Amino acid sequence: MKKFTAFFLLQILLLTAFNFAVFGQTKKEVLIRNATVITAIHGNLENTDILIQNGKIARIGKNLKAASNTQVIDASGKFVTPGIIDCHSHAMMDGSVNEFSYSVTSMVTTRDILNPTDISIYRALAGGVTAANLLHGSANSIGGQNTVVKFKYGRAVEDFPVADAPPGIKFALGENPKQTNQPTQPGRTPRYPRTRMGVMETIRDAFLRARDYRRALDDYRAKVDKKDKTAVAPRRELELEPLVEILEGKRLVHSHGYRSDELLNVLLLADEFGFRVATLQHALEAYKIAPEIAKRGTGVSIFTDSWGYKLEAFDAIPYNAYILWKNGVNVSINSDSEERIRRLNLDAAKVEKYGGVPEEEALKMITLNPAKQLGIDKRTGSIEQGKDADIVIWNAHPFSVYARADMTMIEGEVFFDRAKDLANRDALQRERETLEKLDINRPPGSGGTAPKIPSEKRQADRDEAVGDGGNH
Amino acid sequence: MTITNYKSRITRFFFYLCLSVFICGQISFVHAQNDGSQQNQTGKAGIFAITNARIVTVSGAVIENGTVVVQNGKIAAVGASVSIPGGAELIEARGLSVYPGMIDAGTNLGLTEIGLGVPGSVDTAEGGEMNANAKAILGINPHSTHVNVTRVNGITTVMSLPTGGIISGQSAVINLNGSTQSEMALIPTYGLVINFPRITTFSGFNPFANTQPVDFNEAVKQRDKRLDDLKTLFKTSENYGKVQDAFAKDKSLPYPSKDIKMEAMIPYVRGEKPIVFVAERERDIRAVVKFVEQMKVKGVIIGGQEAWKVADGLKKNNISVIYKNIYNLPVQDDDAYDYLFSAPAKMQQAGIRFCISTGDSGPEIRDLPYHAGSAGAYGLSKEEALKSVTLYPAQILGLSDRIGSIDTGKIANLVIADGDILEPRTNVKYVFINGRMLPLTSRHTDLFEQFKDRK
Repeated sequence: MKKFTAFFLLQILLLTAFNFAVFGQTKKEVLIRNATVITAIHGNLENTDILIQNGKIARIGKNLKAASNTQVIDASGKFVTPGIIDCHSHAMMDGSVNEFSYSVTSMVTTRDILNPTDISIYRALAGGVTAANLLHGSANSIGGQNTVVKFKYGRAVEDFPVADAPPGIKFALGENPKQTNQPTQPGRTPRYPRTRMGVMETIRDAFLRARDYRRALDDYRAKVDKKDKTAVAPRRELELEPLVEILEGKRLVHSHGYRSDELLNVLLLADEFGFRVATLQHALEAYKIAPEIAKRGTGVSIFTDSWGYKLEAFDAIPYNAYILWKNGVNVSINSDSEERIRRLNLDAAKVEKYGGVPEEEALKMITLNPAKQLGIDKRTGSIEQGKDADIVIWNAHPFSVYARADMTMIEGEVFFDRAKDLANRDALQRERETLEKLDINRPPGSGGTAPKIPSEKRQADRDEAVGDGGNH
Repeated sequence: MTITNYKSRITRFFFYLCLSVFICGQISFVHAQNDGSQQNQTGKAGIFAITNARIVTVSGAVIENGTVVVQNGKIAAVGASVSIPGGAELIEARGLSVYPGMIDAGTNLGLTEIGLGVPGSVDTAEGGEMNANAKAILGINPHSTHVNVTRVNGITTVMSLPTGGIISGQSAVINLNGSTQSEMALIPTYGLVINFPRITTFSGFNPFANTQPVDFNEAVKQRDKRLDDLKTLFKTSENYGKVQDAFAKDKSLPYPSKDIKMEAMIPYVRGEKPIVFVAERERDIRAVVKFVEQMKVKGVIIGGQEAWKVADGLKKNNISVIYKNIYNLPVQDDDAYDYLFSAPAKMQQAGIRFCISTGDSGPEIRDLPYHAGSAGAYGLSKEEALKSVTLYPAQILGLSDRIGSIDTGKIANLVIADGDILEPRTNVKYVFINGRMLPLTSRHTDLFEQFKDRK
């Protein structure tokens, strides 16, 4: 009996260790108590609790019972929203976001340059953002493949991508792929295309080649099915494979563009090749062709009110969201900036002012709508039973300028906690001072050995600012 | 009449013509000191009485239900019970709040229309390093689309600064209404803008070239050189002024020829007018304080990320801060995430005189209230946040007797809104500049009207 008990205990121990090793850590039950819950789908619920089990929203209701070991968070007087989703970001992308060499670079993927320790992730969490669409830059007519991530700061990079998010790709139209805003480097030939005409033909040419490639693949598969021994697989084309996936409806197209004519042209090209554009990105003049966009079920992901920073942004208006919404288009509001990503809640608030989008619809533009655009709305984007517990607790209504995120959690796990952040500051300051006193960190004037090349970190605000070479 | 006689008459005619043009120029320069009585073309002039309003005076207590009378471009009366002059147009403002127009003291408004790809529309930076004589007021486009877009959100006054070289030129303070530069000008030449030399190892981003950072010691040398050049120019300009003065008193002295750049430096090196120093980090701000002490000049900091760390030096030398970093990222990875949101609260606690600015060139100046509000989310009281975009910039610009609060006798730059003006959901209902009621239209409302019902 004793032996059996010991064996039994050992089993439990092993199982726990196994669980810990496999799932990172056992997920505690969490109960958020007595909050104003802004669900982003079923209105606002006063004095409401949310019970989180295994990283999912298990129950929403009043006076929910909790087990004795449940972590209880008192949110009296606070506001709870779904985690914000940024449908256009380059956060945690290390190095240039553009593979500049060709205008069609569908073979590359942003997954290869993710830096899970980028401080912008933490700053985004502190602004209530839990997920993002990490897009290739806009230097190319057809750029690289995207990665949809959750901002699990502190975890290994492989924990970031949302496994069941459909794959996507970046297209770009207008001034950026034309590369006419940058002077041509001496000794270099300007890259084709140089005009909006050329951009459309570059995309069309790629799809003609992709269609031929698909035909070759189909022929091969048909021969294999018929057990034809002469079947020879076509040579793999890494450039064309993602485009074939687009033609087969398996990959989402996120097309950057500004002017209404170029936006409409890419929709017409998609009609021609029989696919749907998932989102028009930026789309500052989308309001001019709202009915055409609505008809195709294409989503639009915009800035609320950025405008005028280049010629193709000169007709942008802050009423863009309202006009699109009124036409039934799925609208999301994105940041495209490590700075702006911290205040998407205020960008959403503005669409109430510009035109009069109702509050819940405005909130959807940074939660449920981008989740739909990215195909992850089954698991995140609203506060509903069964969804991932991607949740933000705010000290005030998130549409108030005086609001702060107090806590941001992803799948029930806290990734940002303002109280903890404040409590850690003294310790961090002391550590910083200790490090600064080390010989290597003392200025040469006071006898230290200076680091050879100190760098002044530049942060990219908007694509064309610095560091990513004329994107946006 | 001999030909010579005729010629001399023409010469005399031209002399008088030139003289009168010169005098008119002087008068128009005086006129450029806009006193608010001036009747600009846009908008509707008249006597207005804003009644039953919640009046946020900023300078004093909030009047929960009162009247503001606007007459001759000025605030003629304000209070809970004031008599309304005959012929006044009544504006029923029940449920609405009246605020002083907001002021952004750190913009380039009017100097640039479209920053990227349209260089013909950009007049921010003159060539060369030392351009004391470049005046922003002469580059501002009164008809820029940014004027209307900005003012319909309640910003009525901005300072517009040139940006280039070490000495960029002289900034202008303008009201956002007027058909000409002088109609807009509140202070045509407010201050001399200096990009204070700093240590920088960054040598410019170029995706096509492998740019390496400059060696640190080399960067220090370069900074010292630029600072020496600046000090030399100050000393030379001071001497230039002395020589000019001496000659003015005693014409028997050798004639000192004029130098347009040094001429422009005189009021600044003498400490008569403020110098706006662009400086962000503690090290650079300390260097500015030292410079101001050494050269005995009047200083204002623009930027000011770490100004709160230099409180003693700034207060001792009466240096204010135009803070424009709410929408910027902390420079160092290990700076607190709210490092730049909380800096205004820290300045306020340290007793530094400051105001909040967008630092924007045009398109996003309309976000000024939200910059202030965000400082409010991170430690600044709501009242202080509001002052940081109204009364405080007015004080820093030396205009607190004319704008920045709702007080009798001030210029009628007013905004009427349906809620807290710092909140992004609040709607602006009326804007007055110089007592003129302005239409709430802009390029954006025009395009909205054009496309909102397209089927």
